Amino acid sequence: MIDKEVATAAAGVADITDGSSVMIGGFGTAGMPDDLIDALIERGVSDLTIINNNAGNGETGLAALIREGRVRKVICSFPRQGDSHHFDAAYRAGRLELELVPQGNLAARIHAAGSGLGAIFTPTGYGTLLAEGKETREIDGRHYVLEYPIQADFALIKARKGDRWGNLVYRKTARNFGPIMAMAAKTTIAQVSEIAPLGTLDPEVVVTPGIFVQRVVSIPASS
Amino acid sequence: MTNPLSRDQMAARVARDIADGAYVNLGIGLPTRVANYLPQDRDIFLQSENGLLGMGPAPAPGDEDPELINAGKQPVTLLSGGCFFHHADSFAMMRGGHLDVCVLGAYQVSVTGDLANWHTGERDAIPAVGGAMDLAIGAKQTFVMMDLLTKTGASKLVEACTYPLTGLGCVSRVYTDLAIFAVGPSGASVIETVDGLSIADLRKLTGLAFES
Repeated sequence: MIDKEVATAAAGVADITDGSSVMIGGFGTAGMPDDLIDALIERGVSDLTIINNNAGNGETGLAALIREGRVRKVICSFPRQGDSHHFDAAYRAGRLELELVPQGNLAARIHAAGSGLGAIFTPTGYGTLLAEGKETREIDGRHYVLEYPIQADFALIKARKGDRWGNLVYRKTARNFGPIMAMAAKTTIAQVSEIAPLGTLDPEVVVTPGIFVQRVVSIPASS
Repeated sequence: MTNPLSRDQMAARVARDIADGAYVNLGIGLPTRVANYLPQDRDIFLQSENGLLGMGPAPAPGDEDPELINAGKQPVTLLSGGCFFHHADSFAMMRGGHLDVCVLGAYQVSVTGDLANWHTGERDAIPAVGGAMDLAIGAKQTFVMMDLLTKTGASKLVEACTYPLTGLGCVSRVYTDLAIFAVGPSGASVIETVDGLSIADLRKLTGLAFES
């Protein structure tokens, strides 16, 4: 019997080690799997490479991971925000490395990794600082930049419901990077508000098929 | 001199040029205001890069949902008929040429339509680009909305951008507080000016040689 459900967030992240690359879902705090990140902090690993759209907000989630000094490198599109003070401080102190990627290229590179593509040619960023030194090509009169896939050892994502096969449905704009990160990591751990009995998720509306998900942790929404 | 347009007047002016049925992305900041002036008799679909199409106005106080936000991470609503999608689909809408119009703010726009709006180039600045580069080159038409002059009186419409670029030749129209310009491969031209401002005045303010 396939049962991808694990009992706790701690069990979900138990094999993440020092130096792991970890995709973390979320756009700002929407879709950020806070409980999995808390478990990762608790686990005490460091030297992590984090892939997220941002670089943490306020005091929780990714911001807390950075605050605790666990992150060596951040790959993201939009680190600087009104409440990204933990990232700002660590970056200015030279304690972490930043790879800045245009948001659509970030999505495309993650999607490419999950799709088994060797690279992509993207028009985004052509002629800008973020494409300096990169290979370019003109195809049908338009200019493109060669960008490589971004894969990761782990993805931590948040969904509304999952079942024991790992099928997932999301909630509103908390979906964001979840479905593509699930594809691009060797091990994807989904934090869900509810485990649905197998067969009760409408197969027509499953967004992430269970093949992309290795573990599901039920964390009922605190309200 | 004359009265420059207020920010709301600029937003209303941009809104007038958005056609019925258009799929539109409004950038963070000033462009967001365009939503308040979209003509009621047109169906215009607002896209937000974090995964929604058919974005509605801010919710009533107390009805905010932290999982229903816009690209600026502010609470919004979903109109009837709207939908959600993931990031790869969201940016496919831009790069794939499905989005009709995006409206962005800018530090500088060149007469040939180069855009600079993501980085001031200062050494200690923390760079952040978000979706600006994808939007600028992906939408069928990229409109810029900005004051024509900086606080110190320098023109933000320039012969060539000095700030780091967001995209090359991507802007087609520039809406400012003093005039509206078309920009592109053949250079900049004046579409309209605020009352009382002449082309000669604009030449003096910008240092650019517009045709009369």
